[in-house]
Amino acid sequence: MLKDLAFILGTTLMYATPLIYASLGAVFSENSGVANIGIEGMMTVGAFSAAASAFILSDVYGILWWVPWVAFIIGGLAGGFFGLLHAVASVSFHADQVVSGIAINFLAPGLSLFLSRRLFEGATMTPAIPLNAKLPRPLNGVIENSILDTIFNQYASVYIAFLLVLLSWYVLYKTKLGLRIRAVGEHPKAADTLGINVYKIRYFSVILSGILAGLGGASLSMAIVASFRPTLISGQGFIALAAMIFGKWKPQGAMGACLLFGATTGIQIYLGSPQVGLNISANLLSMIPYVITLVVLMGFVGKAVAPAADGIPYEKGER
Amino acid sequence: MFKKTMALLLTMMLLAGLVAGCGPKAPEQQQPGENNAPAEKPLKIAMVTDVGGVNDRSFNQSAWEGLQRAQKELGVQASYQESKQEADYATNIETLVDAENDLIWGIGFLMGETIKTAAQNYPDQKFAIIDYAYGDETPENVVGVVFKEEEPSYLVGYIAGKMTKTNKVGFIGGMDFPVIHKFHYGYLAGVKAANPNVEVMVQYANSFTDEAKGRSIAEQMYANGADIIFHAAGATGNGMIEVAREKGKYAIGVDKDQNPDAPDNVITSAMKRVDNAIFNVAKDLKDGKYAGGETVVYGLKEGGVDIAPSSSKLVPKEILDEVEALKAKIISGEIKVPATKEEFEAMK
Repeated sequence: MLKDLAFILGTTLMYATPLIYASLGAVFSENSGVANIGIEGMMTVGAFSAAASAFILSDVYGILWWVPWVAFIIGGLAGGFFGLLHAVASVSFHADQVVSGIAINFLAPGLSLFLSRRLFEGATMTPAIPLNAKLPRPLNGVIENSILDTIFNQYASVYIAFLLVLLSWYVLYKTKLGLRIRAVGEHPKAADTLGINVYKIRYFSVILSGILAGLGGASLSMAIVASFRPTLISGQGFIALAAMIFGKWKPQGAMGACLLFGATTGIQIYLGSPQVGLNISANLLSMIPYVITLVVLMGFVGKAVAPAADGIPYEKGER
Repeated sequence: MFKKTMALLLTMMLLAGLVAGCGPKAPEQQQPGENNAPAEKPLKIAMVTDVGGVNDRSFNQSAWEGLQRAQKELGVQASYQESKQEADYATNIETLVDAENDLIWGIGFLMGETIKTAAQNYPDQKFAIIDYAYGDETPENVVGVVFKEEEPSYLVGYIAGKMTKTNKVGFIGGMDFPVIHKFHYGYLAGVKAANPNVEVMVQYANSFTDEAKGRSIAEQMYANGADIIFHAAGATGNGMIEVAREKGKYAIGVDKDQNPDAPDNVITSAMKRVDNAIFNVAKDLKDGKYAGGETVVYGLKEGGVDIAPSSSKLVPKEILDEVEALKAKIISGEIKVPATKEEFEAMK
């Protein structure tokens, strides 16, 4: 029994991690007043860039300790680049943020595929990264208790995700920068009057959101698996956005929602396993995450209020 | 904004599966070879790939290799059109019809309806399709090609049954429907034939793309004592192979030789030789034996399925010798491999 619980918890952590990165990204962007539907595309390009760089770097320099980290960061930067595109379109040019986001969702996977074919002899999936060039598992072999090992022996990306939640909460609610981000998202005109550079804050937040989404993609392609393929990111970005709304636009709330999604998947896999022997149709089991989400959404989560200026382009001097 | 975002989100989630795989639609024209017709007009054969593209290291690539072989050995003119999304199938077929191809291939189950419609619109054009059987309703100008997936699954099941040390092996299925059942029950029968005491853990992931789920299911199976897992779950199986690689366990691949993904762990793969099927149909066409209106079934006998050639790296020779003997028995009809649950249960 304890073993099963450990399995569900371990799966929860693994499954939730990419979602946590991406939903933190969404939290920053939306709190500054820019809707970011493009998270999915940013994750895709992050996943591709990280997997491709990890493979190429380990091929060129050998397997050194810094290789996975540099590749991980490259994944983040690639996502950040698309964040920049989104910012240029939606902040500087006041484009419809939803349209810009959708454009990114088409552009980013397309570019990833194109580059993959260029770099890897026409293949749409990257070659597998050598095991030692994946992100490290700091607690691998350290924990002797097998139950705790099942839960906590995770890739470094998992721990970093939780540290980032803490950091994001601190930045958003305990620093001047965070106050400015939220001010710009609630009432950009008022913030502007008080001398805050609305555009600068929004640029910062949207690029940061791209970086976080890119890291989320990288945490899939460099830890959960070790290669990129076109179907690797299929819907995680949108689930992360839903998690952000579910979590009321707060980092800790979004984390909770991601963990809930992870846990329901873990439960679903556990219940479907031959050991449990329930013999329920896999189709019915697949409904579990959605049913639980609906129940929680209806019963336990109060009214969610988006930042007042979310999704509205800000034009200086407009009345 | 909240409502708007929510509505959009839901729409996008529905679209996500579609979008993720295909990227932007680019009118890619991989034109059929230069049309400077040589003295004797060669046969022109073209194929429409599924959304994976021609270099997907799987299905479509295998099909293209078959066509290339036909080009080399039979002197036909080969070309392809890549589909970026399902909506491209019809336009790609139109393009190839306009290019006056003698035979047009649709690669993959998903193209079934499109090929049928095209066949009705162009009754003089010959078509063929991989993985789709129209049964009695096959149009006169279409050849359906299907594979006996249960046969290689039986063989890899036999290998798994012989090689397991824990007497527990696993199977991860993509979705719970008849094509995957062929893999499932063929494998079960193979394992039982090797060793009736081996327990087979079976779980369906209900997804062909969720690699994290494949990973999690495999982690649990290995933790519960399975030491070899076979998958018929597309990209979901990638997660399973990754766990095998991390934990140093054995895995069995599907459709193509998956050994390069994890050279020390993928002991064998249940392969579909799409290339052979394509080549054979090209040869038949050249010899004037085009089997329009029929469904051709490719099994071991026809060289349409097999286990991966890389099996000799990790599977002991004695077992492979036994597998060869089994192949002969399957080909001669002495062993009938079950393809459905009913057939499997009837065997006992």
